Parts: sequence; C-alpha cells; structure tokens
Amino acid sequence: MTGTTAGRAKARPARRGTPGAPRRLIYLTLTAVAFFSAIPLYYSVVVASRDNAALAEVPPPLVPGGNFFANVARVFDTVPFGLALANSVLVSGSIALSVMFFSTLAGFAFAKLRFRGRNALLLLTVATMMVPTQLGIIPLYMLMVKLEWTGTMYALIVPAMVSAFGVFFMTQYLSRALPTELLEAGRVDGCSTWGLFWHVVVPVARPAAAVLGMLTFMSAWNDYFWPLVVLTPENPTVQVALSTLAAGYVNDYVLGLTGTALGTLPLVIVFGLLGKQIIGGIMQGAVKG
Amino acid sequence: MATRAPDRLAAVPPGKPVRPHHRVRRHLVHQLDVKGSPYAYVAPFFLLFSAFGLFPLAYTAWVSLHEWVLLSEEQTFVGLDNFRTLLADDYFWNATFNTLSIGVLSTVPQLLLAIWLAHLLNRPLRAQTFFRVTLLLPNVTSVVAVVVIFSQLFGRDFGMINWVLSWFGVDAVPWNEGVASSHVAISIMIMWRWTGYNALIFLAAMQAVPRELYEAATIDGAGEFTQLRRITIPMIKPTIVFVVITSTIGAMQVLAEPLLFGVYTLTGGVDRQYQTLALFIYENFIKLDLGYASAISWMMFVFIVVIAGINYLITRRSRGGLL
Repeated sequence: MTGTTAGRAKARPARRGTPGAPRRLIYLTLTAVAFFSAIPLYYSVVVASRDNAALAEVPPPLVPGGNFFANVARVFDTVPFGLALANSVLVSGSIALSVMFFSTLAGFAFAKLRFRGRNALLLLTVATMMVPTQLGIIPLYMLMVKLEWTGTMYALIVPAMVSAFGVFFMTQYLSRALPTELLEAGRVDGCSTWGLFWHVVVPVARPAAAVLGMLTFMSAWNDYFWPLVVLTPENPTVQVALSTLAAGYVNDYVLGLTGTALGTLPLVIVFGLLGKQIIGGIMQGAVKG
Repeated sequence: MATRAPDRLAAVPPGKPVRPHHRVRRHLVHQLDVKGSPYAYVAPFFLLFSAFGLFPLAYTAWVSLHEWVLLSEEQTFVGLDNFRTLLADDYFWNATFNTLSIGVLSTVPQLLLAIWLAHLLNRPLRAQTFFRVTLLLPNVTSVVAVVVIFSQLFGRDFGMINWVLSWFGVDAVPWNEGVASSHVAISIMIMWRWTGYNALIFLAAMQAVPRELYEAATIDGAGEFTQLRRITIPMIKPTIVFVVITSTIGAMQVLAEPLLFGVYTLTGGVDRQYQTLALFIYENFIKLDLGYASAISWMMFVFIVVIAGINYLITRRSRGGLL
C-alpha cells in the first residue's frame, strides 16, 4: 500500500540527529545501562552452571562452570518443567493474538469512526485500566470454580483475551498514524467498514500491533499471581513452576537460578526474533520520507 | 437494464438488475454498516471485560459485606463490619505505608530515568537496535526470576551486592531485615524490571514529534536540554500522563516481589516490614477469609483511584491533555 506508507511518512517525518551532547558520553551511558540490564541475567547463568558450594566462595564465581546440564536435569526431576513450558507457550500465544486483534479493531473504531457515545466509551476504557486485578480476583476465582476451569488453561486465557491497555494503545497510535483521507478514499472506492479495517487499517496498524503483541506475550508469560491462585503445582505455567522451585528449595540457589535461566531463555529467544521486527517497525516509520 | 458506472463502483453483485428499491436496500445496508460497525468493533472488549473484569469487581463489593468463607454454604451478611475491623487493623495501615513507600521509591526515579534514556536513544546511533534490545531485556525477565536472582544478589553473606559494597568499607547489609533496606531492595527490583519498558514507550512517542520543531529550535540556538524540556516533554505529554498513571496503578499492586523476597511468606518479612496491600489481601485469601480480603480490595481500589487521580492532575497541569 504505497498510499499508506506515504501517508505515514508525512505524519512521522525522519529524525536525523538532535544536536549537542557529546557522542562518546551517550555511548558510554547506554553501554552502562546495557551492562546493568544484562548482568543479573548473566549472573543467573553463572550460578546455574555451578554448584552450591561455589556460591559460598569469596569472591563469588564470575564465569560459567560446567554443571549446567546436571542442574537442568535436577530441575526437570523436581518440577514438571516441560509441561510448564508447553502451557506457557499456549497461554501466552493465544492471549497475544487475541489482544492484538480485538485492540486493533476497537482502536480503529475509537480513533477513526464516528458514533454516538464514543468519547464516553473511550473514557470508560481508560478508566478500566485503573481497575486493579487483585480487586476482582476473589470473585473471579469463585467464577472459575463454578465453571470448573480451575487448574486448566481456560482460567488463564479467557479472562485475558481483551485488554484496556491494548485498546487505548491502538487508539492512540491509529488516531496519529492513520490518515483520515486514506479511509475516505477507501469509502469512495466502495469499501465496507470491515473492508477498510482489513485493507487500510491493519497494514497501518501492524508496527504498533506487533509491539502490543510482544508486550502482551511477555506479560502473559510472566504473569504470576493469577496462575498461582488458580493453577495447581501439577499443571503449572513456567512462573508457577519457578516459584515452587524457589519456595521449596530455599537454600538451593543453584536449582532456583537454573529454573530461572530455563524459564527466561524461551522468552529471550522469542524477543530476539520478534524484537528486531518490532524495533524495525518503529524505526521504519521514522526513517522513511 | 444497463448498470451505470457509479453503481459498479459500489460493488453490485453481477447479474442482478439494479432497481430503485435495490438501491434503497443497498443504502440501508450501507447505513447499517456505518452506524453499526463501530459498536460491533468495540463490543468484544466491553463484553469480555464486563464478564471477567466488571462483574468480579462489583461482586467483590457484595462479598465484602459478608462473613464469607470459600466453599462454605453459609454467608452471613455483616454490613460494614469488615471495613470497621479493617480501619482499626494495624496490619492494614502497615501494609498501606509499605505500599506507598515502595511505590514512591520505585516509580519516581524510574520515570525520570526512562525519559532521559528515551531521549538519549532518540537520535541516530550506531548499534541502535542493540541498545533498544538490552533496554527491554529486564522486562523479558519474569518477576519470579527477578526476585530469585536479586534475592541471591542481595544475600547478606554471599550476595554480590554486599561483596561490592565491602570494597568501600560498608559492613554486610541484611537487606531483608530492616524496613528501609528491604524497601530499597524491592524498589531496585521493580526499577530494574520496568525502566527500559517505559523508556521504549517514551521513545515511541518521541519519534512522532515533528523534526521541524527541533530544526527551528536549533536555528534559534536552543540547547539539547532546553529542547528536551521545551519541545519533547510537552509534545509527548499524553504519553507521560499515561505512563505515570499505569505506573502508579502497578506500584499499588506490587505483590510478587515482597512475596518471593520473603521466601514465600505471606507476611512480607517476620515483622511485616515489607508486606504490601496486595500481599495482605492474598494472606487473607489464603486464610479463606474472603469477606475481609474483599474489603481490603475495595480500600485498595479507593487508594488507587485517589492517587492516580492526583497524579493525573499534577502531570496534566502545565500543557497538553490526555483525551
């Protein structure tokens, strides 16, 4: 859609350098931030490849040892980690796809369609972001007992299929990035509203939807409290399995951190694959034109 | 009957002769599409949210007015008794203080740092992608993983942080024993996990600021800091308001950090030195005291609305608006 990109390029022109601030200092700062971001994860890998005796040494070990696979085997012996991984992939993937779709749909309506009650409904959506999840968790648990969904993945997926954050995020993005003229042109060509959604809105929304999808996947993967409440240790997600490890083997740091490394690794891989595309998507809007 | 050109544009099914009442019907379908579609598009959100968000919320209020034990058949209506007990409960006020303390300690430095980092990244840089990826790396790490890792780092005897502090002559700090030290430790965990995420949100907003504004400012001789303060921040104000509010709400609900930092004790340390409101709710939920837990939930909701409202007004005050 050349019309789309041209329209977006107009709305988001290229940024070529803000003057000032010595380059070297910026690189130094960003490198320091990168270092502090990575060091705890690196250290968890170090611990995961050692044994508990090594942790008591002063100075602490700073490079990985050779015990990683033995520790991994211990994790799989202690908790059903394979099942936990499969459950987490299923739950996070379903939630991310669902949130991306429904948020783009509602965001399109809020950003570009005229209808009675629009502002009130949008305000209501923003207000629902204020609802703390803990507030509803007790009746939600009762509801899951009634539906006999406790201990199953339905209890995690269905309540998370839509998100107020997602709707607001896509509304903000589309009202900025989607040129109204493009929609009008589509209308003149005889597009139905649904046709506009697929042929005009979705291509424009893609970069933001990708960011939203990634963020949703990550937060679903990392969600801890609700799975802890509603699942059992026999059929856990990764986070529930990790907390079982951490709680049950308090002084066994190696076991806890091996589980941590294992549970974080899949997400780092997904992030490595999708993150590039997403950051590329953000940059594309900035570089063109 | 010959079909006229404009009708063909409007996607007439082939083979059907166009008569006036067809045109009327098509007009009606079009009207229905234009008027009805918006509601259909926002409906899934509101329906699902009502079922799994609003209904539980409203029902919490109902439960909070009862002596309610899970799976027991009998629920006694007790009116506002739970709230009366709550307001006289020292543990509740202790949890409120801890929540606010950790909230301020983690949120304020975090957001300032995030804006600054986004500003640094908002320019052509070598290894731009690398820096952005590392910025978001902590957020990829789950809260459970963060606490497991940091509990080790904050360990009194063998923790890396005390080891580094010992270079400067600082005695081993028992991080999870004191009020202040445990709050600092938990705030550092929260900051480590969320600063990069918020920086990315700010960065996305900054990239939408028209380049011409900076060019004009540069011609007028405005320095980098002035540009950040006078152009970037006002231009991304809606995003700032948004991030401030969501961070506030998140900070009020902190649960996993104190729960796991206390090695899975529901009290948040032996003296409840870092038990947050959310953890206090969970403690009562586990005791199956659902009525009382629901009452705490409602008080927490009130706090969140009040504090988020105040922050909204403060952030919005100077220039720009949210909606």
